Amino acid sequence: MPELNLTSAPAHLRHGSNIGQPLTRRDGVLKVKGQATYAADNHPPGMLFAVMAVASISRGHVTSLDVAAARRHPGVVDVMTSDHKPRLAIDPEIKTNPFVFRMEVLQSNEVRYANQPIAVVIAETLEAATEGAALLAPRYETLPALVGLDAGDSFVPPVVGVGNPTENHRGDVEAGLASAEKRIDAVYETPPQYHNAMEPHAIVAAWDGDNLSVDMPTQGLMLSLARIAELFGIAHDKIHIRSPFLGGGFGSKGLMAGPPVLGIMAAKLVGRPVKLVLRREQMYGPVGHRAPTRQRLRIGTDGDGRLTALDHHARTVSSTFDDFYEPAADASHTLYAAPAIRTSHDAVRVSTGTPLFMRAPGEATGSIALESAIDEMAWACGIDPLAFRLKNYAEVEPITGKPFSSKALRACYEQGAARFGWAKRPLQPRQMRDDAGLLVGWGMGTATFPALMFQAEARAVLRRDGSGAMEIGAHDMGQGAWTALAQIAADELGLDIDRVEFKAGSSDLPDAGIAGGSAHTATAGAAIHSAGAAVIAKLADLATSDERSPLFGAGNAGVIARDGRLIRRDDESRGESYAEILARAGVAEVEARGTGAPNPAAMEEYAMHAHGAVFAEVKVDPELGQVRVTRMVGAFAAGRIVNPRMVQSQLFGGMIWGLSFALHEEAITDRRTGRIMNANLGEYHIPVNADVPPLDVITVEEHDPHVNALGIKGVGEIGVTGSAGAVANAVWHATGVRVRRFPIRIEELLTQP
Amino acid sequence: MKQFDYVRPATVAEAVAAAAQPGAVYLAAGTNLLDLMKGGVSRPDRLVDVTHLDGLDRIERLADGGVRIGVLVSNADLAHDADFAKSYPAVAEALLSGASAQLRNAATVGGNLLQRTRCAYFYDTASRCNKREAGSGCDARDGENRTHAVLGWSENCIATHPSDFCVPLVALDAIVEIEGRNGRREIALDELHRLPGDTPERETAFEPGDLVVAVRLPAAARGFAARARYLKVRDRTSYAFAVVSAAAALRIENGKIAEARLALGGVAAKPWRARAAEDVLRNVAPTVDAFQEAARRALADAKPSGDNAFKIELARRIVVRALSLAVAGTPARIPALPASPFASTSGAIHA
Repeated sequence: MPELNLTSAPAHLRHGSNIGQPLTRRDGVLKVKGQATYAADNHPPGMLFAVMAVASISRGHVTSLDVAAARRHPGVVDVMTSDHKPRLAIDPEIKTNPFVFRMEVLQSNEVRYANQPIAVVIAETLEAATEGAALLAPRYETLPALVGLDAGDSFVPPVVGVGNPTENHRGDVEAGLASAEKRIDAVYETPPQYHNAMEPHAIVAAWDGDNLSVDMPTQGLMLSLARIAELFGIAHDKIHIRSPFLGGGFGSKGLMAGPPVLGIMAAKLVGRPVKLVLRREQMYGPVGHRAPTRQRLRIGTDGDGRLTALDHHARTVSSTFDDFYEPAADASHTLYAAPAIRTSHDAVRVSTGTPLFMRAPGEATGSIALESAIDEMAWACGIDPLAFRLKNYAEVEPITGKPFSSKALRACYEQGAARFGWAKRPLQPRQMRDDAGLLVGWGMGTATFPALMFQAEARAVLRRDGSGAMEIGAHDMGQGAWTALAQIAADELGLDIDRVEFKAGSSDLPDAGIAGGSAHTATAGAAIHSAGAAVIAKLADLATSDERSPLFGAGNAGVIARDGRLIRRDDESRGESYAEILARAGVAEVEARGTGAPNPAAMEEYAMHAHGAVFAEVKVDPELGQVRVTRMVGAFAAGRIVNPRMVQSQLFGGMIWGLSFALHEEAITDRRTGRIMNANLGEYHIPVNADVPPLDVITVEEHDPHVNALGIKGVGEIGVTGSAGAVANAVWHATGVRVRRFPIRIEELLTQP
Repeated sequence: MKQFDYVRPATVAEAVAAAAQPGAVYLAAGTNLLDLMKGGVSRPDRLVDVTHLDGLDRIERLADGGVRIGVLVSNADLAHDADFAKSYPAVAEALLSGASAQLRNAATVGGNLLQRTRCAYFYDTASRCNKREAGSGCDARDGENRTHAVLGWSENCIATHPSDFCVPLVALDAIVEIEGRNGRREIALDELHRLPGDTPERETAFEPGDLVVAVRLPAAARGFAARARYLKVRDRTSYAFAVVSAAAALRIENGKIAEARLALGGVAAKPWRARAAEDVLRNVAPTVDAFQEAARRALADAKPSGDNAFKIELARRIVVRALSLAVAGTPARIPALPASPFASTSGAIHA
């Protein structure tokens, strides 16, 4: 575990659980100096390098591999193939639980998608392994690839997302549409997108007898550990996974994928530690992606511009061999107060790796379509898009009728619009130009993301030297868990953050659940909260039951933990330090565990969501069609903000992702072969610095007593939603051209000037 | 990776001899070649590193008023040479619109000329590509070809040359000095790159061992300094190849165009000099009508090679805009967003 230098802060500050201090990243200096150890930075003695050979077809079978040629190459130690590999304890095709996805670990010669691993070459050097993989020169029996949203017969999947109903409705949509004064009926398409974390998937695996040591970036330490245990038939306590830092995950490192399993198999095969790192193009296949969608929205309004019906249907794809369905239409459940809502999904199977969660799965794809459609509906009604949204503001969750646990969206609209200057927006499109003659457009979108909670456990310790420790197998993907969770730990232990040893990122620590669903700070924070309270209670018992303590007999009055001391709640002049209590009791330390989990009663009673409003300005060259976003303002209400600096960064990142969704990102798939033709960071466009405008984030005050003990809603994904639609709507407002196929391309805007 | 020999010759003559062997290629900064090698697209037996050769990294003003640019001058050094940028502003603007700051610091003049197409099917060794493997076929022709050629392509190849730098160079009659097995010779840059025809694998007029040692701009090229621009439309604001670009340079005398230069980028397997368009601009007033006629002439032979018909109309509009920008006069400073339609947007600080 790396040594983290702690930030000094005045002792009177609460760090995170209460008002929230904008501490800088405690791991920042390590990262800037290149001293943060990512998985691929590990080089145990005797380590070999493994390189995957991947399929260049997307459907068929491998008929031959020139293993002999690869083996002859100097430095090659072994070549792992479907005929030559360690046995797994269970069939990797068996889904033992919904969070297990089928993976390709050389169990057969079948090819189900391009870039599927078909062999692993293990060598003394990376170069030798790379050339060995090239020398395999695979031959194939190729079957026609299944490509695109119209490949084959569509079907209605049993569930979408993680167990969401495929169809949902409230009220009579057809009647609502029939009675509507105005209607829109529009189809939007979103492309396949890939996570493209800066750090590729990587593993360093070392076996010592039955014991397995793994360095691997993961968003779910215990899920990964359980999957490894079942695949290799070893006990959980034989496995140690270290994942102190991730160079981004975005969902693609949430579940165990095939390639890291291949790394563990390779290490077993050769009896030496093995490192396997994916090449960038190999990340376009076996580690998940965001599925493409085609979404039809039918919306009706009465004569006042009030919604009468909202119908949202999404077509998506899954792989030919497993099931994940982008729950795009579910975005229409929560935002707009239509008396009749219907959402539905269908799908086709294509020759692709199985799609997976990618930052705001369903919410992002659904949001750009819904926010575009709402914009179109507002225009059809001749109403300002913000006024239209306020007119249809949902006071209760439309699809369920439940009250919201908290919802400061109105304040988001107000504060965001004021900061942006929205009131000056002309209703008509193509009305504004800058001094250079560029078209200027303003658009907005509403952001929303569910406030989720998973299960986690933490262990808290108070020591005789006056220090404390908090242990939790939490994950820092770059979002700042090392800092924000340590802030909560400091507050819960009543210690300055410099006095708390915060341990995370390792599977030998208590299970922190998965870092996904924007729920990690809430989940891990809740566990830390309860562990901290429990250890303070133990310490208080020691003191209040000891007649030598100034706190003796304070049991009923209670004590407060503050700055390393317990003090009487009813008389703050009486108290003593943790060190004194432990010394007198003759114990080195006290420890306690605590858990964090969702509250089913609250979930039954309330709809729980974070909200936001995003406003964007774009400029478009009227003749040449090139687009640039020039300004974005996002106002978000996401409950308690633990660390405002890191929350701002998360929201910036989400807004940039939304800009990227609207204007840039697309995996270009060859329609004949199903191969992705831009599987590299040069041609798979994401925004570069020059594409990112000045961003303004407002965090709106919001107190939520129901979501969890700390009132945290999560900010990891919401920034993507709303933003993509805001940019798309701004392009329409600038040009008068409504583009419904994303990303928006130059050619769509080459209208007559 | 495939094993290869690496040699570092001491003289140009040694370099030419070493590179004339089959399977040998020159290595300069490697910003393109090393990617090609990592992807298995290029599998040379021998790299001839020319980066240590003396005398190839200078920008020389010639007595006749021209300039001679050593082949190892970096893109950044050339673009930031104040005298060069002032004399050939469209060339500097094109250089600064290419790649990223890091790449421009490394990439060389010679490498820029000789970089390979970015056609995805050329880079994908599982696809058929007549450039990569003569006679194997072209998977781009019916593939994902939104950004491919609209001029000068053949059924055998629809790839484009990706350089920005070459576009104003070819407009300004740049000359390439080559050292070969039979000594020194020079050719017009316009004759360096070949159109694909039936032999797309032959991309240049080079013979084995040929080494570009310098690029020369003739004295006349300076005559356009007051009205010379490069304009590049791309799918994002920076770090993207041109969808279509154009270099336009004008000499105006007595209110009429005395001489026009026009070249297009991103439209063909070579930087595309539009001489027919230049001809219609001679001795006419610099009006939008005249520019539109020039645009029509420039794209008269254009035809889509796939899902890219929009590039023809876009190219016409870029020609009109580039000429309009040129007639308005070269700005005193290269914009913060060089060659971008957003060059005039205030507050831009990134290239």
